[in-house]
Amino acid sequence: MSEEVKYSPKDFKSDQEIRWCPGCGDHGIINAVWKAMAELGYPRESWAVVSGIGCSSRFPYYMNTYGFHTIHGRAAAIASGLKNANRKLNVLQVSGDGDALAIGGNHFIHILRRNVDMTLLLFNNEIYGLTKGQYSPTTKLGVKTKTSPYGTIEVPFNPGELAIGAQSKYFARSLDTNVALTAEVLVSAVKHRGTSVVEVLQNCVIFADGVHAAITDKELKEERQLILRHGERMIFGKNRDKGLVLDGGRLKVVEIGHDGVTEQDILVHDAHEPNPFLHWMLVNMSAPEFPVAFGVIREVEAKTYDQALDDQITEVRKISPIRCMDDLLNSGDVWEVR
Amino acid sequence: MNQQVKMIEKQEVVIRFSGDSGDGMQLTGQQFSDTAALFGNDVATFPDYPAEIRAPQGTVGGVSGFQVHFGEERITTPGDLADVLVAMNPAALKANLRWVKKAGTIIVDTDAFSDKNLEKAGYASNPLEDGTLTDYNTVPVNITLLTAEALKETGLDQKSVLRCKNMFALGMTYWMFDRSVEHTEAFFDGKFGKKPVVALANKLALRAGYNYAANVHALAVHYRVAPAHIAKGKYRTITGNRATAWGLLAAAEKAGLPLFCGSYPITPATDILQELAIRRDLGAKTYQAEDEIAGICTAIGASYGGNFAVTTTSGPGLALKAEACGLAVMAELPLVIVDVQRGGPSTGLPTKTEQSDLLQALYGRNGESPMPVVAASTSANCFDYAFAAGKIALEHTTPVILLTDGFLANGAQPWRIPAMSELPEITLRVAKEGDAYKPYDRDPETLARTLAIPGTKGLEHRIGGLEKMNITGAISYVPENHQVMTDLREEKVARIARSIPEQEVFGNADGGEVLVVGWGGTYGHLYSTVKEMRKEGKDVSLAHFHYINPLPLNTGELLGRFRKIVVCELNLGQFAAYLRSKFPQFTCLQYNKVAGLPFTVAELKAEIEKILN
Repeated sequence: MSEEVKYSPKDFKSDQEIRWCPGCGDHGIINAVWKAMAELGYPRESWAVVSGIGCSSRFPYYMNTYGFHTIHGRAAAIASGLKNANRKLNVLQVSGDGDALAIGGNHFIHILRRNVDMTLLLFNNEIYGLTKGQYSPTTKLGVKTKTSPYGTIEVPFNPGELAIGAQSKYFARSLDTNVALTAEVLVSAVKHRGTSVVEVLQNCVIFADGVHAAITDKELKEERQLILRHGERMIFGKNRDKGLVLDGGRLKVVEIGHDGVTEQDILVHDAHEPNPFLHWMLVNMSAPEFPVAFGVIREVEAKTYDQALDDQITEVRKISPIRCMDDLLNSGDVWEVR
Repeated sequence: MNQQVKMIEKQEVVIRFSGDSGDGMQLTGQQFSDTAALFGNDVATFPDYPAEIRAPQGTVGGVSGFQVHFGEERITTPGDLADVLVAMNPAALKANLRWVKKAGTIIVDTDAFSDKNLEKAGYASNPLEDGTLTDYNTVPVNITLLTAEALKETGLDQKSVLRCKNMFALGMTYWMFDRSVEHTEAFFDGKFGKKPVVALANKLALRAGYNYAANVHALAVHYRVAPAHIAKGKYRTITGNRATAWGLLAAAEKAGLPLFCGSYPITPATDILQELAIRRDLGAKTYQAEDEIAGICTAIGASYGGNFAVTTTSGPGLALKAEACGLAVMAELPLVIVDVQRGGPSTGLPTKTEQSDLLQALYGRNGESPMPVVAASTSANCFDYAFAAGKIALEHTTPVILLTDGFLANGAQPWRIPAMSELPEITLRVAKEGDAYKPYDRDPETLARTLAIPGTKGLEHRIGGLEKMNITGAISYVPENHQVMTDLREEKVARIARSIPEQEVFGNADGGEVLVVGWGGTYGHLYSTVKEMRKEGKDVSLAHFHYINPLPLNTGELLGRFRKIVVCELNLGQFAAYLRSKFPQFTCLQYNKVAGLPFTVAELKAEIEKILN
């Protein structure tokens, strides 16, 4: 891999025709992925994209890398097996909210607990698109869909909250329309050693159009989006005059220059803090009371599963007298018939 | 007490150890089995234990048994009925008396026959006194008291002392069959190296039992079973599950690939995962997944990544893996799926044996989803068929199901250790950098596709569960192409028949009156039955199948040589139904049993006798 290769985004585009609907948020996301891959400059053959089932799971076919379009919900398990079999790969899992959090919920929490070195790109459009408009585990309470004609009666998951609950060491959030931010967090997510979750709020133009409008609306977006960067203050707003402070153990939005609040009072984002307390509050912020947090919210170093597995093999090999099958077959209680 | 001790030569003996599930009966039986094998006997074992780890103490439901059949001739079954029963409490006697030969010897711990224990076992009166055992040679011994007496100097607490009473019983049987205590003593030194007092206590109990039997002559008879006449070579005792694990490891080594096992614990398959987990020294990667589905899916991912991938399970787990099995069929990736069958349906009888997953293995997936199915037939040859399953999977780029069962998995037998150089090579079709790679380009002979390992420059490609265009692997909904690909997948599996051995017949290879047909774990019982009947001059032969899908090429021709065919299996007739679908021209009679137990030779003989007449 010593060979220096300069890639451009189109080097990662396959020859297959992209079949997502016109206007689908997925187009923006795949552009961000191509951009991030070109920027990272890792050899093209080192990438493996694994997906489950759903609109977003068509992703591997549009990538000129190794790829595996698998079965519904199981992408995390297949990606984990792939990484542990072949550690030199950069494994990118692509799943929607249904694939990752409903049918694949068990694999989602366990991949995070294990901290296998891979990136999970989670497209969250709060709807089942490929099956044409049923509610998903992230659909907001009360929303009417084809399978909830009178409104849903179940409380949704917040993917960030679920991830942190499952001991996630890395969680970032972006928007399909913000290609630059998505590419930026993807670069950081891939570089992170461990399972990195990147939730992208995605718009399904057909079955849930405008589901994120409260955040993405042109007039409101600067008031409703807080883009976090490690070491920077949590400031937002059109005039960069609003910020977050801790008040009685809770987050609170304040205005700089009012009631004696100065910029120095605003919280500084520490993505590397192992204690997830503040990260948990940040991922749970919702409009209109709070801005929604974007960027890298949590990024904590920890040993990865695949590294630990490799290390264990190395350690046991150092001390075990069994080096090959013939040694094993002849070990222990063996007797000879002459 | 002073009666003369007789020395009796015996060709074979069946001994059954039974007690509470906490009494260490599995360990006791295993020690007896290992000692007999080390002496040179051929051995077959049958562990029979409840699903509950600690079922209510003293009850019939909580009885754990371990049967050992050893002899100077080839031993292929654990034996129908026991010559000797060791019963550590009334429940063990109650549960096992039906498995003892008339006039057989029954050693009981009289100290355990309290009113409370009798009541728990459901005895209205004491069977040691009420004539229940008139037809048997009963040997009542105060095993608990004598063990406590022997261990009083050790300073161990009462509970630890009582744990050694199984060794007192084992010591008695060692004397009875003229076996040395040395192997078991060495075992305890190894096992309790860091707790010498526990090792000492077990050894003291063992010696005490041995000496007690020698001194008091309570047993009246002393048996001698000569070593078996077996082929020269190095031997070890091996269980089916260990043999399966090692066969998979051997396939990985021959193929030059790391082994990856993604599995979820399930009775009676868990030992395979455990055995593989030990083998970090051989580079084995075991991944205890969050569920059965993740088990197979991590294995599929690892297979795509270039490892030799396996997953191990039992019937309920195979049901959960079905969709992912289909993905492996569609993606045409090498994978071995081990199903250690148990009693079903649903949770069924987790610790009991059955052969009722055959049709699930053959057909239990959506779509036209052909998958090779291979079955082991003895505990030891689980090694050979695990290796064969790996070879087929890797060379034919297909998932393969290996069927074993609870009886093979937990049973143990002496095994002549092969040298790795005796095993056939495993050769894969893997594309290299610079090749013009098409993911669904095939070997013209086997129809196996060529694999490309992710990470190889220039071979980037996509696979998946959607139908593929022939050769290129691009997604295709073209009707004609789906037909072509469906036919290719079917034909690829069918062509495996060209590389497997022809089906053999034990008995009259040229044909005859009755052909007994079996498959998998019933081999020992079917072989013994046919052998005994042939000795009696009956025209009975045996065709025992290991390759189920595809069947050996000579199967139809072979079946046609016999006047009557009877398919014997531990289900309601699944292999019989499969044979009928392949060979409708033949009439397949059936003999079936679904009792969670192996066949007995006696019942098989009676049944085949009826068919002969």
